[in-house]
Amino acid sequence: MRQAFDEMSSTNGHVRPAYETLKQWLSTVPQDVLDHRRKEAEYIFRRIGITFAVYGEQNAQERLIPFDIVPRILTKDEWGRLSKGLEQRVKALNMYIRDVYSKREVLKAGVVPEDLVYKNPAFRPEMNGQRVPHDLYVHIAGIDIVRTDPDTFYVLEDNARTPSGVSYMLENREIMLRLFPELFSMHKVAPVENYADDLLATLRSLSPHGGHEPNVVILTPGIYNSAYYEHSFLADKLGVDLVEGRDLFVKDGIVFMRTTEGPKRVDVIYRRLDDDFLDPLAFRPDSVLGVPGLMSAYQAGNVTLTNAVGTGVADDKAVYSYMPEIIRFYLGEEPLLPNVPTWRCREADHLKYVLEHLPELVVKEVHGSGGYGMLVGPAADKAQIEKFREKLIADPGNFIAQPTLALSTCPTLVEQGIAPRHVDLRPFILSGSDKVRIVPGGLTRVAMKEGSLVVNSSQGGGTKDTWVLDA
Amino acid sequence: MRVRIRHEITQRFAPGSRNLSVTVRLTPRPHEGQFIQRWTLDLNSDGRLHPLEDAFGNLCHAFSVDGPTDHVTVVAEGEVETFDTTGIVRGTVEPFPPALYLRETSLAHPTEAVITFADSVKDASPDPLSRLHALMVHLHETVAEIEPTPTIMPMSAHDALVAKASCPGGLAHLFTAAARHLGSPARHISGYLAEDDEGTARHWAEAYVPEIGWVAFDPGRNLCTTENYVRLAVGLDAFGVAPMRSTGFECRESVCAQDGRVPTRAVQSQSQGQN
Amino acid sequence: MLSRTADNLYWLSRYVERADCLARILDVSQRLAYTPVTYGGSTNEWGSAVLTAGVSDLFTERYGPLEEAKEEQVVSFLAFEAENPSSIRNCFEVARTNARSVRTALTSEMWEVINTAWIELRNFPNRALTRDELSRFLAFVKETSLRFDGATFRTMLRNDAYWFSRCGAQLERSDNTARILDVKYHVLLPEKEHVGGPLDYFQWASILRSVSALTAFHWVYRDSVKPWLVADLLILNRQMPRSLAACYDNLARNLDDIASAYGRQGPSQRLARSMLARLTNRNIEDIFQTGLHEFISGFISDNNKLGAEIKEQYLT
Repeated sequence: MRQAFDEMSSTNGHVRPAYETLKQWLSTVPQDVLDHRRKEAEYIFRRIGITFAVYGEQNAQERLIPFDIVPRILTKDEWGRLSKGLEQRVKALNMYIRDVYSKREVLKAGVVPEDLVYKNPAFRPEMNGQRVPHDLYVHIAGIDIVRTDPDTFYVLEDNARTPSGVSYMLENREIMLRLFPELFSMHKVAPVENYADDLLATLRSLSPHGGHEPNVVILTPGIYNSAYYEHSFLADKLGVDLVEGRDLFVKDGIVFMRTTEGPKRVDVIYRRLDDDFLDPLAFRPDSVLGVPGLMSAYQAGNVTLTNAVGTGVADDKAVYSYMPEIIRFYLGEEPLLPNVPTWRCREADHLKYVLEHLPELVVKEVHGSGGYGMLVGPAADKAQIEKFREKLIADPGNFIAQPTLALSTCPTLVEQGIAPRHVDLRPFILSGSDKVRIVPGGLTRVAMKEGSLVVNSSQGGGTKDTWVLDA
Repeated sequence: MRVRIRHEITQRFAPGSRNLSVTVRLTPRPHEGQFIQRWTLDLNSDGRLHPLEDAFGNLCHAFSVDGPTDHVTVVAEGEVETFDTTGIVRGTVEPFPPALYLRETSLAHPTEAVITFADSVKDASPDPLSRLHALMVHLHETVAEIEPTPTIMPMSAHDALVAKASCPGGLAHLFTAAARHLGSPARHISGYLAEDDEGTARHWAEAYVPEIGWVAFDPGRNLCTTENYVRLAVGLDAFGVAPMRSTGFECRESVCAQDGRVPTRAVQSQSQGQN
Repeated sequence: MLSRTADNLYWLSRYVERADCLARILDVSQRLAYTPVTYGGSTNEWGSAVLTAGVSDLFTERYGPLEEAKEEQVVSFLAFEAENPSSIRNCFEVARTNARSVRTALTSEMWEVINTAWIELRNFPNRALTRDELSRFLAFVKETSLRFDGATFRTMLRNDAYWFSRCGAQLERSDNTARILDVKYHVLLPEKEHVGGPLDYFQWASILRSVSALTAFHWVYRDSVKPWLVADLLILNRQMPRSLAACYDNLARNLDDIASAYGRQGPSQRLARSMLARLTNRNIEDIFQTGLHEFISGFISDNNKLGAEIKEQYLT
């Protein structure tokens, strides 16, 4: 693997202009001061209770995501290009989902193979022919971006269901402002704190009916969900009620919440609950987290669910590989942000190539997430590769493969001092009936282990504050 | 044949339950093999039935019950004129192309055993229709039909195969799972079977044959459906055709489906699963 | 506000209050158990602690008859055991779970008290504690409830969230006071022993201690400890914050605040007011005449009824 592009020092050690001030500042601050600030940050995180749960870990029920105090910096120009590309991508995602649940022209034109839709577990037959308010499906998207050189940003993954992490974006900034006011005085950093306002405006714009002020709620699976902190954080910032399934009920096609003053009508539900659990009358009958009858209210057009039901049909990794064609098909434009080249193991010639090049490739499950169930060829030993080969041959349709990208690195505070670590970026794109809103930046995730490419928090990844310079 | 049907379903809830939501899938649609003469739904509670159509074109009704109550009862009653079409089902509402019915579901999941079972008729004939017939015969010989267990969901395809005995719903799961594996779109059907001396609610399957269309197979009785069958609902598996969905803990049904030309007999009782 | 939020706040306060009461019961039992029998100490002090805590069925199921209850058993059962849903440890667990679900309705000060207590609870070993450790533990519990009450009082907006939280605390508190009286009522009956004997003194004093009212007694009555005065203080005296009358004073007021904010009265307001009237219009001689025991059991059942009414009217 060739040497990764470092966002501060480039590949040749010359400091890139956006990082000049930061680099200088880092060289003047002693390591123990940085360590101290990092501990302080950790203390604040723990005290306010920003924790997440890791599945499969019994004792460490609530863990902190490591926070790195060295910010990641993007220039105004870089951000400008990114945000245009993101807007284009989300627009295409929305048009694709709408088409898949109505006329299915994309299938008739042969752009996307039928079975990727019909046999996709995330496809919801229940949404067929269902009009959603304002024809929008993905109101809140998280698009994962990686970078390999000064000019190339790739889309690594689309998250069109219930992307999380935005609370870290906001809290990271708050903590940085508290710990390093001097750094902010040296840079013009675009603010992110208006995200909550933007989100509320977006959600309100999606109300199924005009007129009175819509009642917006956030629906959480409850305190045992790994992202519960984020749910309550957002409810607090938006000033809306955080409800669980049992707080809601449906009467004659209208959704109500139980309040101390009696039932109150609900218009927009920002749900952080998977489709499967939404309504035991329509989906999994054993779900106790959902709201019985919710789908009938939704189908009657009396409530907006964000994101819409069935958006998962657009964000698995097999559909991902068709996104460039999907963008061309609906928008007649070239994608502004390229895809990572992807081999679809469902296709015989691709599979052949992948099997021959396993040690060089990253192979991922089509429906996997959180960095589970994947093979990172260059980091795997022979036995792991052979074991994976068997899995791949048994069910090729379940996998895609990509070249091992030399993800960019950013300076990161580790035990030995400041060192480069691989990063990615998840910006959040809000699509309302009035307009698209993107706050500058997003969540930068960083692989804290040297050389590691896995940035997922469930596997030891950390986060950074992401700065978009305003000048 | 003119079939007279009465279908009563009661779902039980914890005493004092309030604000219940219920969906029923209890209204048959006409097609070339059946004509609905009259059909009514009755609730035991005050409530407005909101008609809606589900993903597969079934006529459903949603309603709310304020409570407090410990049960909800719905009675469907009507008469359907049926014609023998040698199992071929035409004139149905089809929201999806046949390819959708290749989807896997948890109840009709192609486990290794199911795949082996299906593959044993793979080479029976190059013609899909003959192959489906071979599948039905093979299934009929391998898995015996038994009475449905009250209040329990039909077995999955795999369990039916392993047990070598299953209620008609489980047989339909096995048939659809195997047919899908062989590349034929297949789906789960609920309805009624009017027989000489007793009628019942029953599940069977339909598979899609190019150039012919949907053909209905009843593997438990080893035949394609006749004028004794009334088709009620279509889905990917038994969940999809459940006649009543709510959040109660037990569902009891009593069904009577009789040849309308003979005088009414006593209502025959049976219970069938759901939830 | 969401009914579930109100429910969580109400139970959060109830559990903190319950933990506090359990700590006091254990404190007093310990003290009484070390007092020689001739001075009013009794052999089944630990059994009556379990009785007062209202978990005797569960306890006998686990350890056998109450009369044979041993100190280690009772301490571990009331303070730590996971199988006892009302153990102090479980009270704190449930309180924190409730607090987490309503984080946004709490002030950060309240959350921090609960969260810190939950973290500190882990520092106490999961084995039998030494006497020293136990008294440190009990002090920690009592301090937590004081801090929680303080944080609630000082930082919460005076709106429905506050009132529901207070209702929970008051209802739990009156239940606990009534239970203490229910278990010990016999030592307050005048005919039991000759009045003022040393044996009774320690029992009466222990009752007062279990509601932190020994000093208060002397300030209020300026008299030696007498059973009817103890009963008067705990039942009818509105100056005494743990008396039934004081609790109902607050309950009726908080429920009225809710009703006027919502513009609607309901059965819980009516019941609370009628109970308050009963506590206001009676005097202690009256109560003794009609039967202390009957009065207290009647109160406990009415108090439960009020809990059910609040639940029905607001929390579901």
